[in-house]
Amino acid sequence: MATSVQPDAPPAPHGHPTYHEVTRDIAATLGNPGRGYFVLMGFVLLVLGAGVFALLYQIRWGLGVAGYTPPVMWGVYITTFVFWVGIAHSGTLISAILYLFRSAWRTAVYRTAEAMTVFAVMTAGLFPLIHVGRLWYAYWLIPYPNQRGLWVNFKSPLVWDVFAVSTYFTVSTLFLILGLVPDVAAIRDKAVGWRKKLYRLTSLGWRGTDQQWRHYTKAYLYMAALATPLVLSVHSVVSWDFAMGIVPGWHATIFAPYFVAGAIYSGVAMVVTLIVPIRKVFRLERYVTAVHFENLAKLLLLTGSIVGYSYVTEYFIAWYSGNPFERASFWNRAFGNYWWATWTMLLCNGALPLLLWFKKVRRSIPALFVLSLFVNLGMWFERYVVIVTSLSHEYEPYAMGHYTASWVDLTILAGSFAWFFMWFLLFAKNFPTVSITEVKEIIPMPRRKGAHA
Amino acid sequence: MSARAAGVLAAFRHVDDASHAIRTLKEMGYRDFTVYTPVPNHEIAAAVGHRISPVRRWTLAGGLTGLSLGFLMTLWMSLDYPIVVGGKPIPSVIPYIVIAFELTILCGALATLTGLVVHIVRTRKTAAYDPRFTDDQIGVFVPCDTDRTGAVQELLQTSGAEEVRVEA
Repeated sequence: MATSVQPDAPPAPHGHPTYHEVTRDIAATLGNPGRGYFVLMGFVLLVLGAGVFALLYQIRWGLGVAGYTPPVMWGVYITTFVFWVGIAHSGTLISAILYLFRSAWRTAVYRTAEAMTVFAVMTAGLFPLIHVGRLWYAYWLIPYPNQRGLWVNFKSPLVWDVFAVSTYFTVSTLFLILGLVPDVAAIRDKAVGWRKKLYRLTSLGWRGTDQQWRHYTKAYLYMAALATPLVLSVHSVVSWDFAMGIVPGWHATIFAPYFVAGAIYSGVAMVVTLIVPIRKVFRLERYVTAVHFENLAKLLLLTGSIVGYSYVTEYFIAWYSGNPFERASFWNRAFGNYWWATWTMLLCNGALPLLLWFKKVRRSIPALFVLSLFVNLGMWFERYVVIVTSLSHEYEPYAMGHYTASWVDLTILAGSFAWFFMWFLLFAKNFPTVSITEVKEIIPMPRRKGAHA
Repeated sequence: MSARAAGVLAAFRHVDDASHAIRTLKEMGYRDFTVYTPVPNHEIAAAVGHRISPVRRWTLAGGLTGLSLGFLMTLWMSLDYPIVVGGKPIPSVIPYIVIAFELTILCGALATLTGLVVHIVRTRKTAAYDPRFTDDQIGVFVPCDTDRTGAVQELLQTSGAEEVRVEA
């Protein structure tokens, strides 16, 4: 064993578990989850049912039942779409970007983050469909040969969004599955009964041979290298949905970096929100330690500071530009009808994360958990503020309006959380939420002749 | 399923023993053995000594295909039904960069995975296996005729294998 701990040494799991213990402990998370799991699942399905009912109601009576009031024709649905796409981003950050940086601490948390990414994109993808109203025509967004010979408008950021989000969904799903294959094989070799059959099928014949690893490690590297620019592009494209419009409060070049930082910020917060209960329920304290939480907290502090700085810059530029419409728009944000949304956003995203400068807060799991909930709330309101207040207060005073979300909007919003958590709960029960293979990778293989020369 | 291969299967606990055994096997002229590891390991990979995986060529080809597909599709579709939008030229390259970029990533990723599957299938060998190899042990399987099993068995045992068994 090494006698001195290097400062950049990976945060090894407590008590140096052997490979066998890693397989055993993580495979144990797939056992009987207890009654609490089924109660939680029942609650989630109930909320999802309410969301589905609200959607069917909207399909029956039309988009009028959503709270849209001219000129605010983008409301809770687009807000929630951007919110969930944003949540997705930190998964790829942790699984791809930190992989390329050889950041060893990611191994214990990346599987949760990556699964969260896939389910968040699955949730986000529903909202443009719900928002278009007649969702059975949603395929019009895809360029397909049709009788009229008409193609989609590739100059529209909404079409860019179709390509960006569907690419992101495909690549992040494949990346998740790719990472799961060796883990499922490890579980297959432990499982019995029908589960063995299931895992034999889903492990795709993985045995960990020299040839398999030879191709796999390279493929994984290139997938990470492709996912890295992808993650930065997707939220930039989402931000251009707004920035390309000549609406005061939207038409700004800062939007792409501001949205990407915000996306990663909200995503890391959601990772914390998910990891804290998972670690407790599945008894993974040995693998997900205070070091992991501190690193996540540092990511939160970094991205939160970028977001806070962007808020300040937005206000500064609105004043400094001398543009009366920009000035009026931003004045309206802070002191107009939607002041409560703006101040929630500023407080939750700009002010509260400053507590993370204190090491005590960064290493306290309850404090981080509560903080992550505030960040989730604040980031939802950020999108609400950007979308709704800007649209409600454009140029002409007689064309201004006020939007209030209806019960249909809010029920579908609640249903989206249920949809997300339903997939996550199913995943956590049937697949390892901590990567067996990657956790083993940061533990040196046993040697007969002492430490590595 | 193919017939089970005859040969010798050894399980190692220590990575240095296993890589030493692999080097010795190669010196003795064995080439078509299979090594199982629970995690990718540089020491084992160096001992086995494969050339760099050709999966990267698939990534490159897929990425370039997606890039050209993105530009060709957007330009051709704009010209096929010319309609002026926002006073912009009918074929506008700058906004099409976004589509081309996304398709580069998409096709690159799909090609990488196709390449992975193709090369894994192509280099597949019939070999004996033990479930411990995804857990904590390193496996080495040497296919050989019954008259040579003795020598291989002895070599693997003296290299420090925990268990050696003959698969007939």
